[in-house]
Amino acid sequence: MSKVVLPTKGPLLSGKGWTAFFVALIVVCALAPVLNMWVPVDSPLHMSDYAVALVGKIMCYAICALAMDLIWGYTGILSLGHGLFFALGGYMMGMYLMRQIGRDGNYKSDLPDFMVFLDWKTLPWHWTFSDSFIATLVLIVAVPGLIAFVFGFFAFRSRIKGVYFSIITQAMTFAAMLLFFRNETGFGGNNGFTDFKRILGIPIATQEMRMTLFALTGATLLGFFLFAKWLIGSKFGRVLQAIRDAETRVMFSGYNPLPYKLTIWVISAVMCGVAGALYVPQVGIINPGEMSAANSIEIAIWAAVGGRATLIGPIIGAFIVNGAKSWLTVAYPEYWLYFLGALFIAVTLFLPNGIVGLVRKWLSREKKKTPPPEPAQDARRAVAAEQGVEPDALASLPVDAKGARA
Amino acid sequence: MTPDLMEAGAERVARASGIHYVSGSTESGGRAADFGRHVTPGEVDVTHGRILYLEDVSVSFDGFKAINKLSLDIAPGELRCIIGPNGAGKTTMMDIITGKTRPDEGTVFFGSTIDLLRHREAEIAQLGIGRKFQKPTVFEHLTVFENLELALKTDKGVRSSMLFRLDSAQSDRLAEVLETIHLADSVSRLAGNLSHGQKQWLEIGMLLMQDPKLLLLDEPVAGMTDEETARTAELFLSLKGKHSLMVVEHDMSFIRTISEIVTVLCDGSVLAQGTLDEVQADERVIEVYLGR
Repeated sequence: MSKVVLPTKGPLLSGKGWTAFFVALIVVCALAPVLNMWVPVDSPLHMSDYAVALVGKIMCYAICALAMDLIWGYTGILSLGHGLFFALGGYMMGMYLMRQIGRDGNYKSDLPDFMVFLDWKTLPWHWTFSDSFIATLVLIVAVPGLIAFVFGFFAFRSRIKGVYFSIITQAMTFAAMLLFFRNETGFGGNNGFTDFKRILGIPIATQEMRMTLFALTGATLLGFFLFAKWLIGSKFGRVLQAIRDAETRVMFSGYNPLPYKLTIWVISAVMCGVAGALYVPQVGIINPGEMSAANSIEIAIWAAVGGRATLIGPIIGAFIVNGAKSWLTVAYPEYWLYFLGALFIAVTLFLPNGIVGLVRKWLSREKKKTPPPEPAQDARRAVAAEQGVEPDALASLPVDAKGARA
Repeated sequence: MTPDLMEAGAERVARASGIHYVSGSTESGGRAADFGRHVTPGEVDVTHGRILYLEDVSVSFDGFKAINKLSLDIAPGELRCIIGPNGAGKTTMMDIITGKTRPDEGTVFFGSTIDLLRHREAEIAQLGIGRKFQKPTVFEHLTVFENLELALKTDKGVRSSMLFRLDSAQSDRLAEVLETIHLADSVSRLAGNLSHGQKQWLEIGMLLMQDPKLLLLDEPVAGMTDEETARTAELFLSLKGKHSLMVVEHDMSFIRTISEIVTVLCDGSVLAQGTLDEVQADERVIEVYLGR
């Protein structure tokens, strides 16, 4: 018996990877608060409140990009509806924050201001659990998860794929946006929710609370990253990639793709919901604009720019695109959308594997001076196989087969 | 099913598994057929000497009859070759057996108890029917190892996939298949970087990992070198007996090497059946290959 060396399952992260991970964790949970709160404002090391707000917001976006990567990069299902799950998570948190305002609103009522304005006397049924923080946490996961489950079940069971799926998700988001714009659905209409006062009874606009939310967002992002890393490293993750590459082969290997797609779809939606819930208290507003088509498309752009099917790529992509956005929308506000479009086209044309793919290509080019020879003669054989197999095959029949029916 | 037919079935099973069988020679007074057998749901019952049984199957696409009253059966352990001109319905037949296409009418049985028309693709694969596609279909962005690991016969649910770890028996099996398909040196290569012939081998290896009872192979040696083809023939002959194989090929010399019985399909039904020499001498077969 000759020995075949089988690859063994590697660790979750390499030694360097763990180091980087803990450095990142320390930066968001310890260093950033210190730089923001205790380093004097005039010091060059001081982290401004603006920077905290911006980075905190981008970290929420990075969670969305990571979620998009799981469903698009690894499973090959492009969702243009992830903005909906983000907004749903945000709305769940928003409802809780509205109730936390209590009687400090403009109308000094127990009901949120917009309900008083609409002359409602009691809370609508879907606000029942909005005064409980625990229930809100459950709903942040359950509502996007359940909606994704129901939608995904029917879409995947009907074997809707490719652009058709993307279009339906876009339509779903748009329908939800129209619904949330209406006053009578009880989500504050086009103004949405704003003017939040406190969270868990603690004032929300303080530096400490802002920093807590910032650190929580960073830790969540890193936690989701580890989770995604584990998921993709398991056989489950490889089945997802197999579904992306050749779904029929997956079926004929004995896997039913439906539960696999549904699982990753729901996980992805829940991640977006959590991101939305972390986003709302940091930016202080949620309105149906978050469900607009452009928002969902932007999530896909972050993932594409960073590099699909690499977990770190979409996180980097979210930071680069949103960093550029916050600078450009101030410097040249009218050019931002042109820039975004151009960026997407450029990445699609020249960087199919995104920034991470580009960096990897550079690194491997530097590493290997002599690339291993690729089997070139196989290409010819492959072409021969695709085409004229029939005439050859028939040649050995007793009668000359030149006139074989094509 | 009458006792005579069951007895005939038992005889076929005995012949297919290479046992010398003389009717009436067994202890039970010659009744080799297991009349009081237990039928386990989900297990293939080949008591009647048929692992695959198609009867009067028809399917049409937009009025075109791709399969027309097709009846065909395969014995356990048999290696059956299927030939036929383009458009004869060979691939469509495989689509029907594997659940990809629903026939308009007819019956398709796996063994004598499993109605394949009641099952979906993944279930049929788990029941023990493996299929190799005409165009080699492997997972291009996964390594050779990962491709084989995915095909491995095991619980294929979501939760067990998340927690899956290869045990030592499975590793041995994987190493064995890697040897068989001559890809032991390419364990960590991406399947997309393999040559066409190697992809064909990898796909065959994935079938072996699934350990199916019946293998459907659509043009398995297309694009292979003569040496690779010879090795494939050797492999198929070694599988014969333990597994049942249905091979669709156009390469007549390959078929000559491996075949016992050849079935000729034409216009969606069986035109002729017999040894390769017999069907090649058949007037009707010559006619369909020449055109009218």
